[in-house]
Amino acid sequence: MTGPKPLALEIEGVSHSFGPTKALNDVSLRVPEGVFAALLGINGAGKTTLFSLITRLYDNVTGSIKVWGHDVRRKPGPALAELGVVFQSRSLDRDLSIWQNLSYHAALHGMSRSEARARAEAVVDLVRLGDKMNSRIAALSGGQARRAEIARALMHGPRLLLLDEPTVGLDVKSRLEVVELVRDLVAKEGVGVLWATHLFDEVRPEDHVTVLHKGQVLADGLASQIAGGETLSDAFLALTGREAAA
Amino acid sequence: MSDIGSNSALRAHRRLGWGGRLSAFRGVVWREMLRFAKQRERFVSALVRPLVWLFIFAAGFRSVLGLSITEPYETYVLYEVYVTPGLCAMIQLFNGMQSSLSMVYDRETGAMRTLLVSPFPRWFLLSSKLMAGVAVSIVQVYAFLAVAWFWEVEPPPMGYIMVLPALILSGMMLGAIGLFLSSTIRQLENFAGIMNFVIFPMFFASSALYPLWRMSESSVLLHDICALNPFTYAVELIRFALYGQLNLLALAVVVGVTIAFLGAAIFAYDPSKGLIAKRRGG
Repeated sequence: MTGPKPLALEIEGVSHSFGPTKALNDVSLRVPEGVFAALLGINGAGKTTLFSLITRLYDNVTGSIKVWGHDVRRKPGPALAELGVVFQSRSLDRDLSIWQNLSYHAALHGMSRSEARARAEAVVDLVRLGDKMNSRIAALSGGQARRAEIARALMHGPRLLLLDEPTVGLDVKSRLEVVELVRDLVAKEGVGVLWATHLFDEVRPEDHVTVLHKGQVLADGLASQIAGGETLSDAFLALTGREAAA
Repeated sequence: MSDIGSNSALRAHRRLGWGGRLSAFRGVVWREMLRFAKQRERFVSALVRPLVWLFIFAAGFRSVLGLSITEPYETYVLYEVYVTPGLCAMIQLFNGMQSSLSMVYDRETGAMRTLLVSPFPRWFLLSSKLMAGVAVSIVQVYAFLAVAWFWEVEPPPMGYIMVLPALILSGMMLGAIGLFLSSTIRQLENFAGIMNFVIFPMFFASSALYPLWRMSESSVLLHDICALNPFTYAVELIRFALYGQLNLLALAVVVGVTIAFLGAAIFAYDPSKGLIAKRRGG
């Protein structure tokens, strides 16, 4: 018999406001080690705000956020060292090559140049960009650039990956590639993943899903359980409709 | 790849030490240098701007602006010689504001997040960013001094070495001001205001183009404004160092202003305290 998996991410009772506007209200969720968890919500649900709190771009005043047991407020260094992030907006330097971007990221995580070189070769192979190492980001397609961002997020060997709507703006083929790539990472490398999305077809029945709407968690559990006998999108609309009517 | 688990956690922890910080510092400076090398027009404009002042403005003023012996010069000097330290500081002033502009641009495009989600403390990352900007500005200043040498601006050879610490300090001060300004600017479009309200007043209301005693002959108030301008002290620190001397007052002001503005920038970029935290983004 095996015990419960250790938690890669643990969020308890987090709220956040921008002036009078409440962006998050008492949000709690957990991502165990080696699990693909989806954070499902429409635009404006609070997904990016939650990611900004996890990554310490904003300060969480209420509740607690722990990455592999490290509180991001009290021990931001060890928490951020365990974390790989793919932001919603593109954040690679377009004028630099993949290697130069990866090398910069590696340095920001305290890796030596030789360590970075070896690691970069491994991660670009993993995201199937091995032949593009010296290509400028501006010369890559949207899907390739996204995979390069995932490679960068993996550079320092994080045990938790946060991806904020990583398939937005990609064509169908690139979307599928990115989704499959991340699912492979979970299956083969045991990385815990929190995948923020508003696209229901990116979620599988066996995935852990947290439905976030207007800053509140409306449902949390396996996608198949949340869907019940319906499709996930119908269940989502029923949930958010009920919340809106209340 | 299989780089997860306890080994990965241990390695991540080890990287947070001083060796890791050194790597992070090297990485930030390397990126800034790389970006600068790729922006050839930035280098050309950084060099052309002071050279236009040296070749045209100073040549024109040479005949109308007489200078009596002024410290640290031991004899009468050509106006070109007088104005050169001010132009070195001008290069650093523009570079500081350029760094500030790139911080605002990085914030708007999301690229700054790469820096801010590093596990190292925010003060360390911002200080590294500041030093990276200083390194870029020093390359530009030495390129300018090399060209100026052919224009009969020939400080003593030791001056080229003695001026380096002064350039580091003045670059830090001007970079710290730029860093703080970048935290207060909400949109890239607002940056034009910086040009009008920071760069030009700082440059013209200083001892860069004329000695303060000459200023007091025409307006005591203007003299007092120039004497309160920290840029004046950056210019004087460079001027004295270029001739192998130390201006203690200038040193004290430059160090003090650097500490004040860097502290303010670190406060502003702190997610739990500063101005950035009060904004909605992403």
